[in-house]
Amino acid sequence: MKITLNGDPKELPAPWSVQQLLEHLQIPGGRVACEINLKIIKRAAYPNTIIQEDDVVEVIQAIGGG
Amino acid sequence: MQDSQLVIAGVTYKSRLILGTGKYKTFELMQAALIAADPGMVTVAIRRVDLKDRSSQSFWNYLPKGLPILPNTAGCYNADDAVRTARLAREMLDTPLIKVEVIGDPKSLFPDVEGTLQATRILVKEGFTVLPYTSDDPIIARRLEEAGAATIMPLASPIGSGQGILNPLPVRFILEQCKVPVIIDAGVGTASDAALAMELGAAGVLMNTAVAEAQDPVMMARAMRLGIEAGRLAYLAGRMSKKFSGSASSPTVGLSTPASRTPQ
Repeated sequence: MKITLNGDPKELPAPWSVQQLLEHLQIPGGRVACEINLKIIKRAAYPNTIIQEDDVVEVIQAIGGG
Repeated sequence: MQDSQLVIAGVTYKSRLILGTGKYKTFELMQAALIAADPGMVTVAIRRVDLKDRSSQSFWNYLPKGLPILPNTAGCYNADDAVRTARLAREMLDTPLIKVEVIGDPKSLFPDVEGTLQATRILVKEGFTVLPYTSDDPIIARRLEEAGAATIMPLASPIGSGQGILNPLPVRFILEQCKVPVIIDAGVGTASDAALAMELGAAGVLMNTAVAEAQDPVMMARAMRLGIEAGRLAYLAGRMSKKFSGSASSPTVGLSTPASRTPQ
Protein backbone atom coordinates (compact mmCIF):
# COMPACT_ATOMS: atom_id res chain seq x y z
CA MET A 1 0.00 0.00 0.00
CA LYS A 2 1.48 3.28 -1.16
CA ILE A 3 1.43 6.44 1.00
CA THR A 4 3.45 9.65 1.20
CA LEU A 5 5.29 10.00 4.50
CA ASN A 6 6.97 13.31 5.31
CA GLY A 7 7.21 14.11 1.62
CA ASP A 8 8.64 10.77 0.47
CA PRO A 9 6.88 7.70 -0.99
CA LYS A 10 6.48 4.89 1.52
CA GLU A 11 5.17 1.36 1.17
CA LEU A 12 3.04 -0.07 4.00
CA PRO A 13 2.40 -3.84 4.17
CA ALA A 14 -1.21 -3.29 5.28
CA PRO A 15 -3.58 -0.46 6.23
CA TRP A 16 -1.82 0.34 9.50
CA SER A 17 -3.13 2.58 12.24
CA VAL A 18 -1.18 5.74 13.05
CA GLN A 19 -0.04 4.00 16.23
CA GLN A 20 1.34 1.06 14.22
CA LEU A 21 3.17 3.38 11.87
CA LEU A 22 4.80 5.26 14.77
CA GLU A 23 5.81 1.99 16.40
CA HIS A 24 7.27 0.76 13.12
CA LEU A 25 9.23 4.01 12.80
CA GLN A 26 10.27 3.73 16.46
CA ILE A 27 8.98 7.20 17.20
CA PRO A 28 7.67 7.73 20.74
CA GLY A 29 4.18 9.23 20.40
CA GLY A 30 4.58 11.73 23.24
CA ARG A 31 6.34 14.58 21.51
CA VAL A 32 5.14 14.43 17.93
CA ALA A 33 2.04 15.52 16.07
CA CYS A 34 0.54 13.58 13.17
CA GLU A 35 -1.43 14.81 10.23
CA ILE A 36 -3.23 12.84 7.53
CA ASN A 37 -4.17 14.81 4.42
CA LEU A 38 -3.64 18.04 6.40
CA LYS A 39 -5.99 16.95 9.20
CA ILE A 40 -4.41 16.68 12.67
CA ILE A 41 -4.94 13.33 14.34
CA LYS A 42 -5.44 13.63 18.09
CA ARG A 43 -3.08 11.49 20.15
CA ALA A 44 -5.95 9.51 21.64
CA ALA A 45 -7.08 8.57 18.12
CA TYR A 46 -3.74 7.06 17.00
CA PRO A 47 -4.81 3.41 17.61
CA ASN A 48 -8.12 3.78 15.76
CA THR A 49 -7.08 5.94 12.84
CA ILE A 50 -6.30 3.70 9.87
CA ILE A 51 -4.02 5.01 7.13
CA GLN A 52 -5.49 4.57 3.63
CA GLU A 53 -3.88 4.14 0.22
CA ASP A 54 -2.44 7.43 -1.15
CA ASP A 55 -2.77 9.21 2.19
CA VAL A 56 -0.34 12.04 2.80
CA VAL A 57 1.02 11.49 6.29
CA GLU A 58 3.13 14.00 8.20
CA VAL A 59 4.95 13.24 11.45
CA ILE A 60 6.07 16.49 13.03
CA GLN A 61 8.35 17.27 15.96
CA ALA A 62 9.79 20.26 17.80
CA ILE A 63 13.48 21.02 17.30
CA GLY A 64 15.88 23.81 18.22
CA GLY A 65 14.87 27.19 16.84
CA GLY A 66 14.41 30.85 17.61
CA MET B 1 11.22 49.96 44.16
CA GLN B 2 10.21 46.32 43.86
CA ASP B 3 10.35 44.94 40.34
CA SER B 4 7.38 43.08 38.96
CA GLN B 5 7.74 39.92 36.90
CA LEU B 6 6.96 39.30 33.26
CA VAL B 7 3.30 38.33 32.93
CA ILE B 8 1.87 37.14 29.61
CA ALA B 9 -1.83 36.34 29.40
CA GLY B 10 -2.04 35.93 33.17
CA VAL B 11 0.98 33.62 33.45
CA THR B 12 4.10 34.79 35.32
CA TYR B 13 7.58 33.98 34.00
CA LYS B 14 10.68 33.93 36.17
CA SER B 15 12.83 35.94 33.76
CA ARG B 16 12.37 38.63 31.13
CA LEU B 17 14.75 36.78 28.83
CA ILE B 18 13.30 34.42 26.24
CA LEU B 19 15.98 32.32 24.60
CA GLY B 20 16.00 30.44 21.33
CA THR B 21 17.34 26.90 21.08
CA GLY B 22 18.63 26.95 17.49
CA LYS B 23 22.11 27.23 15.98
CA TYR B 24 24.13 25.84 18.91
CA LYS B 25 27.11 23.74 17.84
CA THR B 26 26.04 20.91 20.17
CA PHE B 27 23.11 20.10 22.43
CA GLU B 28 25.54 20.11 25.38
CA LEU B 29 26.47 23.71 24.60
CA MET B 30 22.81 24.67 24.29
CA GLN B 31 22.09 23.11 27.65
CA ALA B 32 24.96 24.94 29.35
CA ALA B 33 23.84 28.24 27.77
CA LEU B 34 20.27 27.68 28.95
CA ILE B 35 21.47 27.07 32.49
CA ALA B 36 23.64 30.21 32.42
CA ALA B 37 20.89 32.38 30.90
CA ASP B 38 18.15 31.03 33.17
CA PRO B 39 15.44 32.25 30.76
CA GLY B 40 11.74 32.56 31.50
CA MET B 41 10.90 30.62 28.34
CA VAL B 42 12.62 28.93 25.41
CA THR B 43 11.50 28.88 21.80
CA VAL B 44 11.39 25.80 19.58
CA ALA B 45 10.70 25.28 15.88
CA ILE B 46 8.18 22.83 14.39
CA ARG B 47 9.56 20.53 11.70
CA ARG B 48 9.12 17.11 10.11
CA VAL B 49 10.66 14.20 11.99
CA ASP B 50 13.81 13.33 10.08
CA LEU B 51 13.30 9.64 9.35
CA LYS B 52 16.87 9.16 8.15
CA ASP B 53 18.70 10.97 10.93
CA ARG B 54 17.30 10.51 14.42
CA SER B 55 19.91 12.62 16.19
CA SER B 56 17.57 15.62 16.52
CA GLN B 57 15.17 13.55 18.62
CA SER B 58 17.43 13.74 21.67
CA PHE B 59 16.83 17.53 21.75
CA TRP B 60 14.37 17.24 24.64
CA ASN B 61 16.89 15.48 26.86
CA TYR B 62 18.94 18.67 26.93
CA LEU B 63 16.19 21.10 27.94
CA PRO B 64 16.10 21.89 31.67
CA LYS B 65 12.96 20.34 33.17
CA GLY B 66 9.95 22.58 33.72
CA LEU B 67 11.11 25.36 31.41
CA PRO B 68 8.10 26.86 29.59
CA ILE B 69 8.19 26.16 25.82
CA LEU B 70 7.23 28.74 23.21
CA PRO B 71 6.82 27.06 19.80
CA ASN B 72 7.26 29.29 16.78
CA THR B 73 5.97 29.31 13.22
CA ALA B 74 9.40 30.14 11.80
CA GLY B 75 9.76 29.33 8.13
CA CYS B 76 6.13 30.16 7.29
CA TYR B 77 5.55 32.62 4.47
CA ASN B 78 1.77 32.92 4.72
CA ALA B 79 -0.97 32.96 7.34
CA ASP B 80 -2.35 29.51 6.41
CA ASP B 81 0.99 27.77 7.02
CA ALA B 82 1.46 29.67 10.30
CA VAL B 83 -2.01 28.63 11.50
CA ARG B 84 -1.35 25.00 10.53
CA THR B 85 2.01 25.04 12.32
CA ALA B 86 0.43 26.56 15.43
CA ARG B 87 -2.21 23.82 15.55
CA LEU B 88 0.45 21.11 15.19
CA ALA B 89 2.49 22.74 17.98
CA ARG B 90 -0.50 22.84 20.30
CA GLU B 91 -1.31 19.20 19.66
CA MET B 92 2.31 18.19 20.21
CA LEU B 93 3.27 20.34 23.18
CA ASP B 94 -0.03 20.91 24.99
CA THR B 95 0.54 24.65 25.15
CA PRO B 96 -1.67 27.52 24.02
CA LEU B 97 1.46 29.65 23.44
CA ILE B 98 2.54 30.38 19.89
CA LYS B 99 5.10 32.80 18.52
CA VAL B 100 3.54 33.78 15.20
CA GLU B 101 6.17 34.45 12.59
CA VAL B 102 5.07 35.04 9.01
CA ILE B 103 8.11 35.99 6.98
CA GLY B 104 7.73 38.24 3.97
CA ASP B 105 11.20 38.20 2.51
CA PRO B 106 14.01 35.62 2.73
CA LYS B 107 16.83 38.17 2.72
CA SER B 108 15.74 40.69 5.33
CA LEU B 109 13.49 38.14 7.11
CA PHE B 110 11.12 41.03 7.69
CA PRO B 111 7.64 39.94 8.71
CA ASP B 112 4.72 39.93 6.33
CA VAL B 113 2.59 42.05 8.64
CA GLU B 114 -0.63 41.39 6.71
CA GLY B 115 -0.14 37.64 7.06
CA THR B 116 0.91 38.07 10.69
CA LEU B 117 -2.27 39.99 11.48
CA GLN B 118 -4.42 37.47 9.63
CA ALA B 119 -2.85 34.50 11.45
CA THR B 120 -3.12 36.31 14.80
CA ARG B 121 -6.85 36.91 14.32
CA ILE B 122 -7.53 33.25 13.47
CA LEU B 123 -5.39 31.84 16.29
CA VAL B 124 -6.78 34.19 18.96
CA LYS B 125 -10.27 32.98 18.00
CA GLU B 126 -9.06 29.40 18.43
CA GLY B 127 -7.91 30.13 21.97
CA PHE B 128 -4.18 30.48 21.37
CA THR B 129 -1.99 32.87 23.36
CA VAL B 130 -0.45 34.66 20.40
CA LEU B 131 2.98 36.33 20.57
CA PRO B 132 3.51 37.86 17.14
CA TYR B 133 6.92 38.75 15.76
CA THR B 134 6.35 41.98 13.90
CA SER B 135 8.00 45.02 12.40
CA ASP B 136 8.57 48.15 14.47
CA ASP B 137 5.53 49.82 12.88
CA PRO B 138 3.37 51.25 15.69
CA ILE B 139 0.22 51.06 13.55
CA ILE B 140 0.61 47.33 12.91
CA ALA B 141 1.41 46.91 16.61
CA ARG B 142 -1.91 48.55 17.43
CA ARG B 143 -3.80 46.32 14.97
CA LEU B 144 -2.18 43.22 16.48
CA GLU B 145 -3.11 44.33 19.98
CA GLU B 146 -6.69 44.98 18.84
CA ALA B 147 -6.72 41.49 17.33
CA GLY B 148 -5.99 40.05 20.76
CA ALA B 149 -2.23 39.44 20.66
CA ALA B 150 -0.89 38.64 24.14
CA THR B 151 2.35 40.52 23.49
CA ILE B 152 3.78 42.65 20.71
CA MET B 153 7.24 41.56 19.60
CA PRO B 154 8.84 44.15 17.32
CA LEU B 155 12.20 43.43 15.74
CA ALA B 156 15.25 45.48 16.72
CA SER B 157 16.97 44.67 13.40
CA PRO B 158 16.82 41.68 11.03
CA ILE B 159 16.64 38.20 12.61
CA GLY B 160 20.11 36.83 13.27
CA SER B 161 21.84 40.03 12.14
CA GLY B 162 23.10 41.10 15.56
CA GLN B 163 22.83 44.76 14.59
CA GLY B 164 21.09 45.83 17.79
CA ILE B 165 18.24 48.33 18.09
CA LEU B 166 18.73 50.34 14.90
CA ASN B 167 15.64 52.45 15.25
CA PRO B 168 14.65 53.11 18.86
CA LEU B 169 12.07 55.78 18.04
CA PRO B 170 9.28 53.57 16.62
CA VAL B 171 10.01 51.05 19.38
CA ARG B 172 9.36 53.83 21.88
CA PHE B 173 6.08 54.69 20.18
CA ILE B 174 5.03 51.05 20.48
CA LEU B 175 6.12 50.90 24.12
CA GLU B 176 4.14 54.02 24.91
CA GLN B 177 0.89 52.90 23.28
CA CYS B 178 0.79 49.17 24.09
CA LYS B 179 -1.08 47.81 27.08
CA VAL B 180 0.19 44.26 26.54
CA PRO B 181 3.88 43.46 27.20
CA VAL B 182 6.28 44.51 24.44
CA ILE B 183 9.13 42.08 23.87
CA ILE B 184 12.01 43.00 21.61
CA ASP B 185 12.44 40.04 19.29
CA ALA B 186 15.33 39.66 16.87
CA GLY B 187 18.44 41.64 16.09
CA VAL B 188 20.02 41.82 19.52
CA GLY B 189 23.78 41.27 19.18
CA THR B 190 25.31 41.73 22.59
CA ALA B 191 24.45 42.49 26.21
CA SER B 192 24.29 46.27 25.77
CA ASP B 193 21.60 45.80 23.09
CA ALA B 194 19.53 43.80 25.54
CA ALA B 195 20.15 46.38 28.26
CA LEU B 196 19.07 49.18 25.91
CA ALA B 197 15.85 47.33 25.06
CA MET B 198 15.06 47.07 28.75
CA GLU B 199 16.04 50.70 29.43
CA LEU B 200 13.56 51.78 26.77
CA GLY B 201 10.89 49.99 28.80
CA ALA B 202 10.53 46.65 27.04
CA ALA B 203 8.95 43.89 29.10
CA GLY B 204 11.45 41.37 27.81
CA VAL B 205 13.86 40.38 25.07
CA LEU B 206 13.78 37.31 22.82
CA MET B 207 17.08 36.27 21.28
CA ASN B 208 18.86 33.27 19.83
CA THR B 209 21.81 33.94 17.52
CA ALA B 210 23.48 36.49 19.82
CA VAL B 211 24.03 33.71 22.33
CA ALA B 212 24.39 30.69 20.03
CA GLU B 213 26.95 32.35 17.76
CA ALA B 214 28.98 34.13 20.42
CA GLN B 215 32.57 32.90 20.70
CA ASP B 216 31.62 31.63 24.14
CA PRO B 217 27.85 31.05 24.15
CA VAL B 218 27.71 30.15 27.84
CA MET B 219 29.46 33.34 28.93
CA MET B 220 27.30 35.39 26.57
CA ALA B 221 24.19 33.73 27.99
CA ARG B 222 25.19 34.98 31.42
CA ALA B 223 26.02 38.42 30.01
CA MET B 224 22.56 38.61 28.48
CA ARG B 225 20.90 37.66 31.74
CA LEU B 226 22.85 40.39 33.54
CA GLY B 227 22.30 42.90 30.70
CA ILE B 228 18.56 42.42 30.89
CA GLU B 229 18.61 42.74 34.65
CA ALA B 230 20.79 45.87 34.52
CA GLY B 231 18.63 47.46 31.83
CA ARG B 232 15.45 46.68 33.70
CA LEU B 233 16.81 48.18 36.94
CA ALA B 234 18.00 51.28 35.09
CA TYR B 235 14.55 51.67 33.56
CA LEU B 236 12.87 51.38 36.95
CA ALA B 237 15.44 53.65 38.60
CA GLY B 238 14.84 56.39 36.03
CA ARG B 239 17.89 57.83 34.35
CA MET B 240 19.12 61.39 35.00
CA SER B 241 18.30 64.03 32.43
CA LYS B 242 20.91 64.73 29.77
CA LYS B 243 22.57 68.15 30.08
CA PHE B 244 24.37 70.29 27.57
CA SER B 245 27.40 71.09 29.75
CA GLY B 246 29.38 69.40 32.47
CA SER B 247 28.30 69.51 36.09
CA ALA B 248 30.98 68.88 38.71
CA SER B 249 30.41 65.93 40.96
CA SER B 250 32.71 67.30 43.69
CA PRO B 251 31.93 70.47 45.72
CA THR B 252 33.09 73.67 44.02
CA VAL B 253 33.68 75.49 47.35
CA GLY B 254 36.45 74.98 49.88
CA LEU B 255 39.20 74.57 47.31
CA SER B 256 42.71 75.24 48.63
CA THR B 257 43.72 76.63 45.24
CA PRO B 258 43.49 80.45 45.06
CA ALA B 259 40.32 81.55 43.20
CA SER B 260 42.52 83.71 40.95
CA ARG B 261 43.93 80.55 39.36
CA THR B 262 40.48 79.17 38.45
CA PRO B 263 39.34 80.11 34.91
CA GLN B 264 36.16 82.22 34.92
